Order: sequence, then C-alpha cells, then structure tokens
Amino acid sequence: MNRVVITGMGTVSPFGIGKDALLNGLTNGESGIIHLDDLEAIAGLHSHVGGKVPNYDPKVIARKKRRTMSAMSIFAVLAAQEALEQAGLTEEDRIAPKTGLSVSSTIGSVQTMEKFFSTFLEGWSIEAIKSTEFFKIMNHSVAANLAGYFQICGRVIAPSSACSTGCQSIALAAEAIMTGRQEIMLCGGTDELHPLTNGTFDIIEAATTGYNDQPTETPRPFDEARDGIACAEGSGILVLESLDHAKARGATILAELSGFASTADPANMASPSATAIGRCMEVALQDAGIAPSEVDYINAHATGTRLGDAAESQAIASLFGDKPMVSSLKGNLGHTMAASGAIEMICTIAMMNKGVVFPTRNLVNIADDCAGVNHVQKTAHQTVSTAIKNNFALGGINTSIVLRGYND
Amino acid sequence: MTDAEVIQLVNEMLAEEFELEMEDMKPEAQFREDLDLDSLDAVDMVVLLEQQFKFKIKKDEAFKRIRSLGDLHEYVLEKKAALESEA
Repeated sequence: MNRVVITGMGTVSPFGIGKDALLNGLTNGESGIIHLDDLEAIAGLHSHVGGKVPNYDPKVIARKKRRTMSAMSIFAVLAAQEALEQAGLTEEDRIAPKTGLSVSSTIGSVQTMEKFFSTFLEGWSIEAIKSTEFFKIMNHSVAANLAGYFQICGRVIAPSSACSTGCQSIALAAEAIMTGRQEIMLCGGTDELHPLTNGTFDIIEAATTGYNDQPTETPRPFDEARDGIACAEGSGILVLESLDHAKARGATILAELSGFASTADPANMASPSATAIGRCMEVALQDAGIAPSEVDYINAHATGTRLGDAAESQAIASLFGDKPMVSSLKGNLGHTMAASGAIEMICTIAMMNKGVVFPTRNLVNIADDCAGVNHVQKTAHQTVSTAIKNNFALGGINTSIVLRGYND
Repeated sequence: MTDAEVIQLVNEMLAEEFELEMEDMKPEAQFREDLDLDSLDAVDMVVLLEQQFKFKIKKDEAFKRIRSLGDLHEYVLEKKAALESEA
C-alpha cells in the first residue's frame, strides 16, 4: 500500500476566502454565525441563524466555466485553487491521468432547484428553463465543474453522504492513492446555504432555535445549553498525494493520512449511536496501526445537537478515556455540511503544524452527557503528533480519519 | 418600438446575459468566432428572446442558420413583424 500525504489545502468559509481568514478567525475565537433576516419570512421555520461566505466575487471565474456552477462549485474552485497553489503542482502533473478528484456536496444546488421548480410549476412549462440549470442540480455537479475547470483527467468521483461527505470523499481519495490507482487526488467537500438547509434540520428538531437574537452564542457543542445545529456554507479542498510522488518532486508535506474508516450505523436514520461511532474510530486506528493511547487530539464532529454530541463524547470516553484533547470547531464555523469534514480537517492539520489546539467556542458548562473526555475550553499550546478527524451523517454514515505529523 | 430600438434592446439583452461589451455588439460580429458563444448559449438566447418578444423560436430551422449578430437582428425583426401582422 502506498503511504498518503497531504501537500495542499484550501478553504472558503464563513470567515472568508482562504486559510488565513479561517485560521485568523479561529485564533481570535470568533464566530461566523449571523442572523439571517430572510429566514424570518418562512412559515414554520424557527432557526434564523447561519454562516454565510462573505464578499466573494464569482466573476473571477470566466463566464463559460461559471455558467454551470452554483455557489457551491464556485466555493470549491476558489478552495481548490488555493490548495493547488500550496501544493505547487505543475500543470503537467495536474492534467495527467495520474491525478483524480473526489469532491462532493450533500445535494445538488437547492438554490437552482428552487429557481427551476418555481419556473416549471408556475405554468407547468419548461419553455423558460435555461440550458445550464441541470448542470448545477446534478449530483456530481461540483466534481464535474471542478474537473472541467482544472482539466482533471483521472478518476472523478462524487461520493455524497450528507454531512459525512467531506471526510468520506477524502477517505476514498486516499484509498485510490493507497491502492496505486491514482498518484494525486484533489478531494474534499463543499456546500451552499439555502433556507431549506435550516428547514431540513428544523423539521427533525435538530436545528438551533433559541439563539436567533444572539447568533454568535450558537451552536454550543458539548455545552449543557446546546440546542442544535447552526447551518453554514463553504468548501474545503485538499491535495492528497502518494508519499513517493510528493518526495520525488520535493513537495512540502503538511501531514500524513495514515488511516481511515468509513462505517455504517444502520440502526436508525437520525439517531447516532455511541457504539457505532466508537467502532468507526476503532477501525480507523486499526487501519493506521496505532493504539488509542497514541492519539493526542480528536477534532470532533460535534454539531451542537443533544443526541449527536452525547453519543460522540461517550464513544470517545469509552475508547480513549480523558487523555486526548477534544474540540469541535462548529462553535466558530457552524455546520458547513459537506464541507465540514474537509474544512475542519484542514484546521486540524494547521493546528498540528502550529502546535496549538483551538478550543470549542461556546462550550461554557460541559453537559453531563458529554463529560468524561478532555474538552479544550481555551486555546492549548500543545504538540499534536497524531489526531483523529470525525465526520458523521444522517443515515448513519460515519467516517474517521487518522492524521499524523510526517516522519520519513 | 422602432427597428433601431429593437436592435438596441437585443444587443443589451445579449450583452447582459453573456457578459459582453456593448462596443463589440456589431452586426458583423460572428457569434462563435467573435463573441465566443456556443450551442448552450444559443439555447439560452432562444429563452431570452422568446420571453421578451413572445414569439416562438425553438425548433425553427431559420434560427439555426443564424451566424452573426446582424443575422439575428434581421430574424428578430421579421418574427416580430409576423407576430404583429397576425395580431
């Protein structure tokens, strides 16, 4: 099996375009969650906060490339551009068949679906439907748009698994490199916020609703006053590469992806289980060939829901005890959906490289059902050699990735 | 609406939709070579013109033969006149 390393990372987040904006926001403990006025007009919707990408200019992408892109593809292009620049790949490497792509979203563009169906249902007619609408709605819209934009010729896959999309896409990219099918993979997740994103979680009573007047106070992962998810948007894209390929071209190695697990919890569509989450992390550790005691830090999926945070805490406590530091970045970023696993993995690698662990914003009073783990409540200046990134989804799709600082 | 006004409106609509410069909207401009428009753009052009002028273009072989902006101006003026004479 080939060893897999990360050589490039790029993001678009509620803190803006690029890693610097994101890491500055986290370093300063800021929140990207704001009140969204337009959500108040929707009958029955109680969650009026979210994280939006501020001030981006879609026109940096040429019209003929952009015309098939909704916001989620535009975010992914901007993030991928940053990742590719950091990786320093030549155009020759990028467009060769050895380079593939594994990027997806939770769903095709809902903004475009709204427009499409508004037009269609108004007169039960397709006469006013434009040619490019479908290209924004199809399930692999982002993957196809990215491949077209960057002229990717290797395998292009769009693994969609709701909120686990980001890490599952990264894991499948790693697998393609481990097995020698590809040398380089662009991978990650992306999503755009639509009122129905909030609506989806509000309907199943998993969205935050009690902090509409204090948006920066939510979500509150692991806190006793947590009341649900604050939905957000963004993109996280990484360049994965076989160690041999990275070394041969003299690339700077940011971290090694030393193992992962993608497991299912078929018991319930919406209720997470500590047992299933624990099994996922355990399989990831076995894949990486390391013991639980070697893990320094766990970047939790913890979204701020009652059930999810408790199940993840219990799983961590059971497998690791209270040694590894644990934090969730959703207190800052909200839940960036398909992007969350990728954005937060990028942050985790940045933390490993900087020797710092960002705390869980809004975690003031640790809830009883989230106790028993080493919650980080203020910035910790600690060496992190080995970390786990968790990423879970409705439908019981769980993903855990093991990251290690690179040692030859 | 005069013919000149119709041509001006068509040019403005296309310039906005396809992010073109008004100074490039000359009758001799070829859609493919000069304005860099392709078959997907042609589909959207049909939608725009049908919505604006309320005549049908889709499946019209005459539209498929259009190559330049001048051809389009002529086509729109003819379709518009035919629609008005029917009315």
